[in-house]
Amino acid sequence: MSSVVKAGPGLSPPVAGQAPDDSRDIPRNVTAATVDYQLTLLGSLVGSLGLVWLLYTQVLPFSGPIGFVICWYVAFVGLFAAVTAVQHGRTIVLDRVWMAVITGAAALVGVALIATVTYIVIRGWAAAHHLNFITQSESAADQDSPLTQGGILNAIIGSLIQLGIATAITLPLGIGTAVYMVEVGGRFARVVRTVVEAMTALPDILAGLFIYAFLIVALGFERSGFAAALALSVMMLPIIARSADVALRVVPGGLREASLALGATQWRTVWRVVLPTQRTGLATAVILGMARAVGETAPVLITSGASTFYTWNPFGEPMNSLPLYIYTAVRSPQQKFIERGFGAGIVLLVMVLVLFATARFLARSKAGRR
Amino acid sequence: MTTLIDLRPAGSSPEPEKDSPRAIRKSLSVADRIFRWGSTGIGTVVLVVTGAVGLFLGYQLIPTLHTYGLHFFTQTQWDPETNVLGIAEVLLGTVEVAIIAVVFAFPLSLLTALYISEYAPWWLRGFLIAMVDLMAAIPSILFAMWGVFLINDHAAYVSRWLNEFFGWVPFFHVSGGEPRAAVFILSLYTSSPAIAGMVVAMMVIPLATAVMLGVFGQAPLSEREGAYALGSTRWGMIQSVVLPFGRGGIVGGTMLALGRALGETVAVSLILSQNFDVKLRPLEIGGITTAKLIANYFNESSSGQLSALLAAGFVLFAITILVNSVAAVIVSRGRSGAQTEI
Amino acid sequence: MTAVLPPAIGAADAGEYPLNPTGAHLDADRVSAWFGTHKVLERISLSMPPGTVTALIGPSGCGKSTFLRILNRLHELVPSAKLAGEVRLNGQDIYAQGSAVTETRKRIGMVFQKPNPFPAMSIGENVVAGLKLTGTRANRSERTSLIEECLRRGGLWDEVKDRLGAPGGSLSGGQQQRLCIARSLAVRPDVLLMDEPCSALDPTSTRRIEETIGTLRDQVTIVIVTHNMQQAARVSQQCAFFLAEQGTPGQIVEAGATTDIFEHPQDPRTADYVHGRFG
Repeated sequence: MSSVVKAGPGLSPPVAGQAPDDSRDIPRNVTAATVDYQLTLLGSLVGSLGLVWLLYTQVLPFSGPIGFVICWYVAFVGLFAAVTAVQHGRTIVLDRVWMAVITGAAALVGVALIATVTYIVIRGWAAAHHLNFITQSESAADQDSPLTQGGILNAIIGSLIQLGIATAITLPLGIGTAVYMVEVGGRFARVVRTVVEAMTALPDILAGLFIYAFLIVALGFERSGFAAALALSVMMLPIIARSADVALRVVPGGLREASLALGATQWRTVWRVVLPTQRTGLATAVILGMARAVGETAPVLITSGASTFYTWNPFGEPMNSLPLYIYTAVRSPQQKFIERGFGAGIVLLVMVLVLFATARFLARSKAGRR
Repeated sequence: MTTLIDLRPAGSSPEPEKDSPRAIRKSLSVADRIFRWGSTGIGTVVLVVTGAVGLFLGYQLIPTLHTYGLHFFTQTQWDPETNVLGIAEVLLGTVEVAIIAVVFAFPLSLLTALYISEYAPWWLRGFLIAMVDLMAAIPSILFAMWGVFLINDHAAYVSRWLNEFFGWVPFFHVSGGEPRAAVFILSLYTSSPAIAGMVVAMMVIPLATAVMLGVFGQAPLSEREGAYALGSTRWGMIQSVVLPFGRGGIVGGTMLALGRALGETVAVSLILSQNFDVKLRPLEIGGITTAKLIANYFNESSSGQLSALLAAGFVLFAITILVNSVAAVIVSRGRSGAQTEI
Repeated sequence: MTAVLPPAIGAADAGEYPLNPTGAHLDADRVSAWFGTHKVLERISLSMPPGTVTALIGPSGCGKSTFLRILNRLHELVPSAKLAGEVRLNGQDIYAQGSAVTETRKRIGMVFQKPNPFPAMSIGENVVAGLKLTGTRANRSERTSLIEECLRRGGLWDEVKDRLGAPGGSLSGGQQQRLCIARSLAVRPDVLLMDEPCSALDPTSTRRIEETIGTLRDQVTIVIVTHNMQQAARVSQQCAFFLAEQGTPGQIVEAGATTDIFEHPQDPRTADYVHGRFG
């Protein structure tokens, strides 16, 4: 396309003497690290490694690989700063030191978190890779049985039943409360909101202790899956109510007014406009609440009791669950039981992962629809 | 006053002396009345249930103080057999472990959040944020297993090293630890409040990081570019834009982590070896926290002792509420507060 | 060289280029830009000499702002952004290997569409923020005199001299924008880029900023993006008309002395645009 480019005062046409070629029109890599920077980085890494290697056994009061890595890192940051300072001013030195510190800290956290998960998977694999682990109950094996016998199906079932009951209780109550706080409002709603927010601070063991003292000691009920589900509900309810509250508050007031302006009642507005708009937000709130509850150990530890066989009845008899099983296994002196505990850890991890992925998927499909 | 056209609506009554607001009668439909009453009912039920937990716990202070007197707050031992119960050491231990956890968690989560929001390559950022959220959802018992079987023994060497070289600082002292001895007793350094605190730190780091990330991500692009346009380095931009903007989230996230650390049960319960001695030597084996106390004694308590246990729980709850409320106030005060939920 | 120029408001030597202008010579040489695979600029070549105000005009979405951001390397902050060509500051390619990006941005300042003073800093601190950020050491008296000098050059001194400790966010929009200009001047740039600096402001504030531009033009090279044709005519000596037609990347249709562009445009599209027939 030809364009009129006029040479005016102080304005040059496309630079003379250079033929219009295409070679200039390929993207330049301008953000790449400079050679100076790469050499500084590499030199510091290697230099500090050598330095620490030399000093490590001779002078420094450390031993073991962890100490070595720490020393190396400290020496690296120091050397990196020193080499940079030769060429650059204080701001660049600070910038690079902080980059090294921040990246190092993030790497440490990342490694630790990945190590947590992999450690559980590695140690639990011996028990969990047998199919019987998730198809048989604990009672199918005694403490000397090989890992090819017995499993944790009863604990899985227990966890699912307890989670199901707790969700059935907290879903309507939590979302109903959020609807009340957002759609009806008023002074009393502010009281409710304050109390609900305060209760999110409730330490999980106190939810269990409350149910234990109230339901089991004071009212004389047996330890049961239902009691555990109630303890989980006490813990989940504020969490779900609060995140549902946040989700509903985001609904633009204009949508409500548009519906009301069409002559809809408030009830129809909430049911047909407000809730559907935030359907995925509410589902995410509930699912993340469930993910939190399924791994909670402290409340079930106090309220459910434990059994080693299938329990379908949530009332009046003890019922095992995954976190409780793990807790018991980890405290046992028997190696096999500990291994099974790690295996149960994998199963619990997968359950949380599935719930989390569901929540993510819902959130994403919502984002895609917009 | 003459008007060419009378614009007043036909049939309107003569001008009143002064206009006063007229009452608008709200005539709600039946469905709406049911809806409003129903949702108010649900709100009330939830208020009663959740409030009841707090009141029930708080109410237990009365019989407890009646039985054990004010010594309940100063007594260090908790011995159900001799019925000598007090929460002095328990509270001290709770705060000790929680503070150690935050001392580890605060810098690490701040730096991790800065890395993800400012340094990570843009194609990796979304993934890392999702990973932080996922890690925040991992049950604490899994962190506890990792702590008990992997960290406990390794961290003991670090404790020994600290004691060896900084043992003259009372905080790092370990009584009975003879670092120069040919054979040292490693078990002295395991199962200590410091190690419990480290493991608790691991489980609150994702939580604190997630809150901080949320706030850092909202630091306005215009201010970031303003700093860059002046010739700032990345760290200079972080210092002058991201950190001042994110202050509310940094403090709020840390306080939230502190609240969670105070109430953590299983990790502490599995790692810490029970001990009621008042000592501020976190590297040394033994200690107790409120949550661990409850997990250990709920089963073997008489009804009076159960009240005392509930009262101890209430004190813990009061502390966590205080911490969370302070966090909420700080976060809402920050410039970024309006959009942040913790 | 002389040219018939529109009167530049506030400039004493309106109609003439200053004899010894300070500021630097900025040249863009066949600059192309992409966001991902989408090409937004096609081979822009433009020379921006010292002592002149260069106005970039054109309809929205034609790449003027992208071009401006390329001039001081803010473009690369966008993750998927790519570019080709060269930008030369006094003959040196600012994108060359080994060219320090912070040094470049320090020499080529920028004022944004929306005023962006640092809210955590006071008015005085905002002015000298650039010193802190670039690690330039200055003692208290140097700083005080720099604050006064830059606020005077930015035309804000008389309004804020009694409240330099007040937060930057407490000023009105127009004052904030002049504070941002003063902030940019404090690092002593050779070039000042302005991205629609008046689009968020009222007419009075706009006039104050145009006056400021007029007094600044013999001190720094100024490049201004504007949607306002009258503003371009008032403040600039040369003008480049950008246009992106139906999915093609933005190009310079016509560039030259402002009077020529406005009074005798060569290209019919330029004529249509400057006469308000589209855009």
